[in-house]
Amino acid sequence: MSAVVEFEKVVAVAGSFPVLTGLDLRVAQGEVVLLRGENGAGKTSFLRSCAGLISVSSGDAHVLGFDMRVDRRAPRRYIGLLGHENNLYRDLWVREHVEFRAAAVGAAESDTDAALLRVGVPKQLWSVPIGSLSAGQRRKVAIASLVVGRPRLWLLDEPHASLDSESRENLDVILAEASQLGATIIFASHESPPTNGIASRVITMGGGRVLEDSGAS
Amino acid sequence: MLAETLLVARKDLRVEWRAKVALGQVAPLALLILVVLAFALDANSSLLELGAGGLYWVAVLYGGTLLIQRSFDVETDDGNMDAFRMSAIGAPSLFLGKSLALFVQIGLLELVLGSGIALLYNVRVTDWVLLFVAAVAGTVAFSVCGVLWGVMSAGLRVRATLLPLLLVPVLAPILLAGSRAFETALGVRADAGWTWASLMFVIAAIHTAIGLGAFGFLLEEG
Repeated sequence: MSAVVEFEKVVAVAGSFPVLTGLDLRVAQGEVVLLRGENGAGKTSFLRSCAGLISVSSGDAHVLGFDMRVDRRAPRRYIGLLGHENNLYRDLWVREHVEFRAAAVGAAESDTDAALLRVGVPKQLWSVPIGSLSAGQRRKVAIASLVVGRPRLWLLDEPHASLDSESRENLDVILAEASQLGATIIFASHESPPTNGIASRVITMGGGRVLEDSGAS
Repeated sequence: MLAETLLVARKDLRVEWRAKVALGQVAPLALLILVVLAFALDANSSLLELGAGGLYWVAVLYGGTLLIQRSFDVETDDGNMDAFRMSAIGAPSLFLGKSLALFVQIGLLELVLGSGIALLYNVRVTDWVLLFVAAVAGTVAFSVCGVLWGVMSAGLRVRATLLPLLLVPVLAPILLAGSRAFETALGVRADAGWTWASLMFVIAAIHTAIGLGAFGFLLEEG
């Protein structure tokens, strides 16, 4: 399988603090990778580096074939990123927001309804301001905003946060389906019991580098 | 590029339409400033007539700064700036879309303030064409300057106080040119009103050129 993420001796710095300290990692297409590690292990920084939101100071970094040291914006149109925050416009209605996100990534606005139904946002909430939703409902809208763009690389930071058990299972099914269709998924999670059910590989990080890799040869 | 620009502008205007901050809070506040200024000048009608152009642009400066700040607050709220950076929309379209939305909002604010000036300050317009052109030029200049400086401060923790501090000196030449052009249009100064209006278009053009070229970099590094 071709590599979707290829990091070799990558160092990244946020402010004056090194967040990735010589990270070596290769993720192939279709893999579902679970990132584990203590707070400050570098999981979020790794995800943000893959999205080009943190620049690489040294080492070689390629994402979806793009050299991140040359143009870190290039792969973004193929990436779906969900961080700790939901990236939602609180004043927009649910459907308006997902429609906008669809149009912003070049997806068809007509896919909006399917995405909302897929993640389990009931129709009666589609014309409700996002600001009036519960935390779990907002998380679902954020996930629908990713689903509608059909990314080739999913970067998810604690995606199950705020979701009830049924919605967590549904998210796992959505991610498994995306993986079967060829998408690559990298997600960080502190879930207990661990949600490694969908993960084909578990990576433990610490101090900005890989400590343990279940997929290492 | 046009479709992307309209997409961003439509989103910003929709957010404002739903939130009702521009017309519900900023416009009444800017109107109150006109009233307070009238009180401060002791309702001296001749003084108000003479200074109406300048006082109008002072109120626009205040209300416009709030609208510019609001335009970037919605992008930094809930981590939206990340989604803004991750979107496939080109940086020039983001710049133009946000500028267009601000142009509409500041334009509406100016309509409200224009009505307020006419009612409170007893002004008489002698050159409607100059008044209209100067208002459009000033609004375009306000909008593009606001988006350019707004994105620079968007990622900063102290943006709420820093943005006005950065913006007011930048917007001061527009305030000056707008005031002079309006004074000519209101018949209180036999001066080169069209030259001042043209100056605002030049300021707008320079900032638009800088914005189109640098917005992507500023968004990335902000």
